[in-house]
Amino acid sequence: MNGARPGADYIVRPYGDTMNDGRVQLSFTLPVPFGEEAKEAGRQLALKMGLENPAIAHAEAMGPDFTFLVLYGECTQGVDMSAIVLDQPEFETLDKARLDELIADSLGRKLVVVGASIETDAHTVGIDAIMNMKGYNGHKGLESYHQIRALNLGAQVDSVELVRRAIAERADVVLVSQVVTQKEIHVANLKRLRRELDKAGLGAEVIVVVGGPRITHELARELGFDAGFGPGSYAEDVASFAMHEWLRRHGHQRTPAQETNDT
Amino acid sequence: MSKLRLDQAQIDAARAAAAQIARTVHAEAMTRTTVAVERATLRLFGLDGVDAEDVPLPNRVVSDLLERGLLAHGAALPVAAAMQAHGLSIQQLGEAVVAGTLELNMPADIAAARAEAFRLGEVACARICENAAIRERSLEAAAPARTPWLYLIVATGNIYEDITQARAAAEQGADVIAVIRSTGQSLLDYVPYGATTEGFGGTYATQENFRLMRTALDEVGEKLGRYIRLTNYCSGLCMPEIAAMGALERLDMMLNDAMYGIIFRDINLQRTFIDQFFSRMINAYAGIIINTGEDNYLTTADAYEAAHTLLASQFINEQFARLSGMPVHLMGLGHAFEIDPAMENGFLWELAHAQLVRQAFPDAPLKYMPPTKYMTGNIFRGHVQDALFNIVGSATGQHIQLLGIMTEAIHTPFLQDRFLAVQNAQYIFNTMRDLGDEIEFRAGGRIERRAQAVLAEALSMLQEIAAIGMTAAIGRGMFADISRQPDGGKGLAGVIARADDYYNPFPELMLPGRARAEQGMVPA
Repeated sequence: MNGARPGADYIVRPYGDTMNDGRVQLSFTLPVPFGEEAKEAGRQLALKMGLENPAIAHAEAMGPDFTFLVLYGECTQGVDMSAIVLDQPEFETLDKARLDELIADSLGRKLVVVGASIETDAHTVGIDAIMNMKGYNGHKGLESYHQIRALNLGAQVDSVELVRRAIAERADVVLVSQVVTQKEIHVANLKRLRRELDKAGLGAEVIVVVGGPRITHELARELGFDAGFGPGSYAEDVASFAMHEWLRRHGHQRTPAQETNDT
Repeated sequence: MSKLRLDQAQIDAARAAAAQIARTVHAEAMTRTTVAVERATLRLFGLDGVDAEDVPLPNRVVSDLLERGLLAHGAALPVAAAMQAHGLSIQQLGEAVVAGTLELNMPADIAAARAEAFRLGEVACARICENAAIRERSLEAAAPARTPWLYLIVATGNIYEDITQARAAAEQGADVIAVIRSTGQSLLDYVPYGATTEGFGGTYATQENFRLMRTALDEVGEKLGRYIRLTNYCSGLCMPEIAAMGALERLDMMLNDAMYGIIFRDINLQRTFIDQFFSRMINAYAGIIINTGEDNYLTTADAYEAAHTLLASQFINEQFARLSGMPVHLMGLGHAFEIDPAMENGFLWELAHAQLVRQAFPDAPLKYMPPTKYMTGNIFRGHVQDALFNIVGSATGQHIQLLGIMTEAIHTPFLQDRFLAVQNAQYIFNTMRDLGDEIEFRAGGRIERRAQAVLAEALSMLQEIAAIGMTAAIGRGMFADISRQPDGGKGLAGVIARADDYYNPFPELMLPGRARAEQGMVPA
């Protein structure tokens, strides 16, 4: 692959049918009646986007007031693969058996994980995929881990209630899911949770991980959380990060016996 | 035209068990009322508007009655008596309560108050009947919508933007428009007021928003020569009030499930069963098709393993609807296409389930929900998943097809997403119009055996619930793997034991004779 080699062709571009041809497809709606003007507007818009040789592959009326356009064009931009720096949590994903073993050896007790979808968010699909026994896509959830006590509080859990439960259950880890992101409501919700955690003095003690379709690690860190997980993350990813972070905070050299005394 | 060989005795037994379950729950529910039922009653009398702090007047009046210890008698008696005594309209009464210039009391002449409350109820019923008549006339004048109906959602958060998108969807071919509700509204113990432009993942259900969308759909429908049906959410803590608003503003469909709020919103069980009866009764009277929410079970439970719980729930929803006086042609029992696409023969099991439901409820307008759980950012695969869903919907004679949107996992639908969904459905519904009539399932084959197994499991589940009672069944997490307790959840404080002289005119006015007789009510 081009991207794997240093040198002049380290710049990566879209690949249509010829390497580096930059061919991209896009589709959008213009709020104008279908016709030659609408198509020309679409073509000019693509030029302004920086696409060369834009071609309207399909244009169609969607009722009297809107036009649907499918375009192809050539993207002239490229990205230097060698200059890419990712902001993502650094840890190694372990499998379920290794994680159970690591928790038993390190904590000498179960890792307590409390999770919820907070505030107005009524969607449990994300938190369920990580926490429920069945998990998602063949990846078992945290409830299935022998060394994890997983408490899924469900949807629309008030931040104050989540913090209260985290304290009552002596949680090591708090997982928060946010699915609805319209008008940035997830950011407002997460800020509120952060304030409640700080108010309760849980800032340094508890590992707090955020997840959701539009959650990035960068956003989670920016809002004061330990990690953020987006789509395609599974229970073992979250648990591996949590254990990595737990060990970092408690020092790798401790023996299981000392850990038991800690609690 | 039965296709799968199903044991009719099992279907009958399942229905009988569900009837027993519903009757037991209903009998207990009828010993209580809720703040939401009483607010809905006042809304039907015509009370509307908010105070200076945006608290709706129905909430103010019901709170006042609650504080005075009068709510156990029902709001209708003291309110009707005060209106009569002081010559006030319902709105003037509400304003006087807010101003603190009127003290509500139990009337001395109960019979006179009852008669006045009944008269106010008759006025409300006349308006609702007029709405139903307008719907009937419009449907007769319009080109009939062929089934499966194309049901599309709008969810911008802004009612005016919703209208733009809904009009476009109607132009593109939608038969039904559902305005998705702002997340969190189900847990508000009041209905927001006026036109709203800020919502999250949807738009607030308000009476003014209902009216604005109804007007817009009537306009575009008239232009297109079709009648565009309007749907909203009759669920949550204000279920009966939303039903009242929908009946007054001529909605055509309402999401309305007997157990959804308990299981998925942790709303108190007692509250929900009382509220669902009253709301469903209003929907039935107004000719509004309900959509039950069984599809939601599959967001937490597995579609293959939990298939029988959907069927069991449909039988229960059917029986609750019956007790609310609902005719079968308004019972939009819900189910969904949610089996993991990675499962071998998953399509066969979807086909088996959809056909099973069709045969178990031959006269109900079934509501079929598209894949959501296994939709991903791969919109191209998503479009194929939606196509398979449309094939099953068409081949098994589903009535209301909520169209799958390929960007389901990404954002609320773009205008073009809806357009492509309509094209997908129209292509399949047209080219496969009579496919269902041509299919014969192999006797003893995989599909038939699957349907038989699900039916048998559903029957056994219903019989177990009938034996232990609904409350215990929900406590054990028999639906969607979620457990709820009778004294847990939100809204319990709004449940009030009825006094002996409790009165509400609407059951008498709205329930058909059959439902009244079954509940031991005196014939009107």
